[in-house]
Amino acid sequence: MYKKYFPYFKNSKNIYLDTAATAQKPSIVLDAINEYYTQYCSNTHRSNFGDANRATTEFEHTRELLKNCIKAKESKEIIFTKGVTESLNLVASSFVKDRFDTVIISSLEHHSNIVPWHMQERSLHKGLEVVNCDEDLTFDMEHFENLLIQNPNSFVSITHVSNAFGKLHPLKNIIQTAHKYGALVMIDGAQSLPHFNIDMQDIEADFYTISGHKTYGPTGVGALYVKAKHLEKLRPYQTGGATIKDVSYDKTVLLDSPFKFEAGTQNIAGIIGFGKAIEFLQNIEYKNIINYENEIYEYLYEKLGEIKDVIFYTDSINSIGSLSFNIKGLMAEDLGILLDKMKISIRTGHHCAQPIMKKLGINGTARVSLAIYNDKNDIDIFIKGLKRAIKILKD
Amino acid sequence: MNILEKRLDEVVEDFDLFDDELEKYEYIVDLGKRLKQISENNRNDAYLVKGCTSSVWIIPSLKNGKMIFEGDSNTVIVKGLVAILIKIFSDATPKEILGFDLKQLNRLGLAEIVTPTRQNGFTSIVNKIIEYAKGVNHD
Repeated sequence: MYKKYFPYFKNSKNIYLDTAATAQKPSIVLDAINEYYTQYCSNTHRSNFGDANRATTEFEHTRELLKNCIKAKESKEIIFTKGVTESLNLVASSFVKDRFDTVIISSLEHHSNIVPWHMQERSLHKGLEVVNCDEDLTFDMEHFENLLIQNPNSFVSITHVSNAFGKLHPLKNIIQTAHKYGALVMIDGAQSLPHFNIDMQDIEADFYTISGHKTYGPTGVGALYVKAKHLEKLRPYQTGGATIKDVSYDKTVLLDSPFKFEAGTQNIAGIIGFGKAIEFLQNIEYKNIINYENEIYEYLYEKLGEIKDVIFYTDSINSIGSLSFNIKGLMAEDLGILLDKMKISIRTGHHCAQPIMKKLGINGTARVSLAIYNDKNDIDIFIKGLKRAIKILKD
Repeated sequence: MNILEKRLDEVVEDFDLFDDELEKYEYIVDLGKRLKQISENNRNDAYLVKGCTSSVWIIPSLKNGKMIFEGDSNTVIVKGLVAILIKIFSDATPKEILGFDLKQLNRLGLAEIVTPTRQNGFTSIVNKIIEYAKGVNHD
């Protein structure tokens, strides 16, 4: 019922089940990008003529929308970035490095929340700790608490929803526990905002990273929420145009947040488009998105469960958006290729999360990831295609 | 005409018989299933092709001046691709292998039928075969 808002489905017959990688974009987003480039293309925060003022206004409107959407207190807490990876790297290099002895991550992190820590020459038990998970990928709170006790000067960096498995972490509990021991917390929110609303006042994260392109916005856009009290300690890791208050040959005085973190010309069209994506979600309303996606997810879980030899890694209750599975005796890559030939797009492999795959003793999984434009008919076609692929490979 | 080119022609002709991509892949899967399995001893790092997302092994031997290749993979489709390459490259002299214009392999239409990662893997398998041929070519 929501497909009609997405031009991709008018032009492509593909059954698109890879939203965890990137979401399709609604017309309202594409139109806004086109409007910017064709009607008022100008740089922001610099010139004072009409079109430039409009560009700045629209750009800042996205910041306000995002601030209200995630219930941040102040606009300066929202910094635009290229996406979650840049947001994580910014905090890693400009806030965590040299300040914290230990970084604690979960077992379900993707490479963007592992590699930046390795780049700081941290490795397991040498500045980096990994919280165990149970067989069904449930976060081990007891182990987490022990790690916090053993490592008093810790920074916690944890995903909200696992990109590889769709597993939802008990975020509020994790953040409260971390704060109890004086640790600060960054959340990788790449897979959250497309599926449910987040409230910074409720969860009390210190840093929260947001993906634009997974939230129905354009690629190359994302954001970083920084709790106001940490802004002074977060240093810009790149500087340049639009970040300065005053420059002489002797010194530079930077602007306040968020501008000091947004050096050079920004992805203006992308950010304006991202604003429209947020409006799009707000128009549908999150309660409707949650109900609708839950229904489709449960249907997918049920139908997949009927397939012989299917292996699940999570239950359906504590999972959201993505569902990872394997078929006993078959390689996920083979399934993915055959499904592609039937015009069904899923992702197979390690999903940029090799450590957890190694821990589970598997090469990878087949992952179906859903969005509001998917419906039960998509699932039926996928299941039919999957059965055919299994038959081709097994017979 | 190089004997490898002739063999490639035959594979391309087989591919042309299929109306759609899925049928082509069913054929590749079938080739993979029929490929003789290598012994467990040969599934070692010395024969492992680096650069593939799947595990692929290519084992060379020399018989009457001709190179014989055996191969295997842990995924059926890649195994099918290995079977195709063995059909083209095995039972040929190192000189014939090295004299074959590798660009000709584009005629297989692999850009359409394998993902970029796998195409890199395909290239890695071909490179491994060429490396073996260079190792025994004394011309």
